[in-house]
Amino acid sequence: MSMQALFGQLLVGLINGSFYAMLSLGLAIIFGLLGIVNIAQGAFYMLGGFVTWMLLNYAGIGYFWSLLLVPIIVGLIGAAIEKTLLKKIYNLDHMYGLLLTFGIMMFIQGMFVHFFATAGRPYTVPSALTGGYNLGFMFLPKYRGWVVLASLVLCLVTWYAIEKTSIGRTLRAATENPTLTRAFGVNVPALMTIGFGIGVALAGAAGVLAAPIYPVSPLMGAELIITVFAVVVVGGMGSIMGAIVTSLMLGLLEGLTKVVYPQGSNMVIFVIMLIVLLVRPAGLFGRER
Amino acid sequence: MTHLPDTVTKPTTSNHTLIWYGLGLIALLAAPFLFYPVFLVKLLCFALFACAFNLLLGSCGLLSFGHAAFFGAAGYVAGHAAKEWGLPFELAILCGTASAAVLGFLFGYVSVRRSGLQFAMITLALAQLIYFLAWQLPFTHAEDGLSAIPRGKVLGLFDLDNIMVLYYTTAAIFLFGFIAMHRMTNSTFGQLLRAIRDNEPRAISLGYEVNRYKLMAFVLSATFAGLAGSTKAIALKIAALTDVHWATSGSVILMTLLGGLGTLLGPVVGAGVVQAIEDHLSSLPADFAVFGLFRLPPITAIIGAIFIICILLFRRGIVGEIQHWLDRRSGK
Repeated sequence: MSMQALFGQLLVGLINGSFYAMLSLGLAIIFGLLGIVNIAQGAFYMLGGFVTWMLLNYAGIGYFWSLLLVPIIVGLIGAAIEKTLLKKIYNLDHMYGLLLTFGIMMFIQGMFVHFFATAGRPYTVPSALTGGYNLGFMFLPKYRGWVVLASLVLCLVTWYAIEKTSIGRTLRAATENPTLTRAFGVNVPALMTIGFGIGVALAGAAGVLAAPIYPVSPLMGAELIITVFAVVVVGGMGSIMGAIVTSLMLGLLEGLTKVVYPQGSNMVIFVIMLIVLLVRPAGLFGRER
Repeated sequence: MTHLPDTVTKPTTSNHTLIWYGLGLIALLAAPFLFYPVFLVKLLCFALFACAFNLLLGSCGLLSFGHAAFFGAAGYVAGHAAKEWGLPFELAILCGTASAAVLGFLFGYVSVRRSGLQFAMITLALAQLIYFLAWQLPFTHAEDGLSAIPRGKVLGLFDLDNIMVLYYTTAAIFLFGFIAMHRMTNSTFGQLLRAIRDNEPRAISLGYEVNRYKLMAFVLSATFAGLAGSTKAIALKIAALTDVHWATSGSVILMTLLGGLGTLLGPVVGAGVVQAIEDHLSSLPADFAVFGLFRLPPITAIIGAIFIICILLFRRGIVGEIQHWLDRRSGK
């Protein structure tokens, strides 16, 4: 096996890992604040890819503007959904949140299939990021390096914002004890809407980054979210850094499996999940409740 | 699970129960003269599947997002047994059901230790593993699936290719599963499951090994889902990837929710409604447009919309709402 192929697959793994990281990060923020496992996160990722494609093809807005605009648009759509639909089920069992977002996912996905069919749409890599570097042991396409870098920065900024800033402190306070936070005069319902918007915007940003790599298709998010669920179970709920690290690790492992045993590459994360559940049911970074 | 409708905990002990049973039986016997039998066969298989799912969620409070794995895998095994090993109908069904039980034990063993949403996520991920396996194992034939599965004869006597024999055999299997699950729900075992659902710490403090009971419920639910899947594969002569896909897990959840979570007849009614919608939509011409104006969106979007409406407007489901209304009228 050539070194070129090995590093090539590891790079693909790293890219997938950074998508897992952005999606699981959003999932963790939403779960912490709203107590909802947002299975529609995959649909918002798809929405991110599609809005990017639409902005270019209908409005002539290019990649870099999309990188800024799309997360905002997707976040606003998310906030609107939170305000109209999710808000109504907060006092019910957590199960209904999962079911409602499942319905939302199927609806969004189905409507996009309705209007855009299932075929993938290509999105060209922006000219500033075409080409690549020869690193000696492998060829690194500029865009792929950019995706890993951009998503890492985005994840770290989110982590920093939540753990170290005053907004993040308020957010964490609302996660730990919404009633008490409210008593201190914080508008918790508004915070929940914002939190959902941010979580969903992260998925939208992942969609923008993915558009030039994977063809934009209504079905691009559905399978991804199931893998992300497995990643979250492996990492254990609760730790944000844990979610990022687990995502990248599992992405790399998936890439490695593609070289060693290609048939098993789409299963490896689920097998790891099985093993982790047997050995350490709370997940690698999770705490036993 | 404190927010489940309280109809769940009340076993129906009305004087009219026997009359309702009688009416149900008559409806089951008369149905093939009123509706297309093959549609009914499919409906009964999904109704049994939904009842199996309801056994777990309704009485145990465990939301499994991966029940298609048992339904589909059992279908593959039963189909393979009938087609490649030439086993008779009964043994093929038994093979499929047994494989679902084994799979249910494996899934249950790792998942029941986690509760609530984690349980749902784990079952979904495990079912995805089965889906990928179905893609790659040689005997499932990937995208083609198993087709032209021979139906064989019941008890070696009655040819299942006769549509009425097929219907009544399926109806008998459905009735067996339905009554067995109903008995279980109303037994001490069922009571214990509800106790665990409503107050797990208390059940633990009373000395019950909670996880063992949850595992038992999980295996039983998987087994009946497998019975439904095996019957469906042989009756419709096909086992395919859609049967193990997550969308099937989602649609069985919808059937149960729409009909009425934790009610006796809810899953059956829900399966009927969802199957009727799917059947109707697939029978429409390709260029069909509502009022000649716009095309109908695909089935996934419609199912998603029903999900949203059902959760926001009538969480008790069709049967649950009717029961609630009757209870309120009689001043209970």
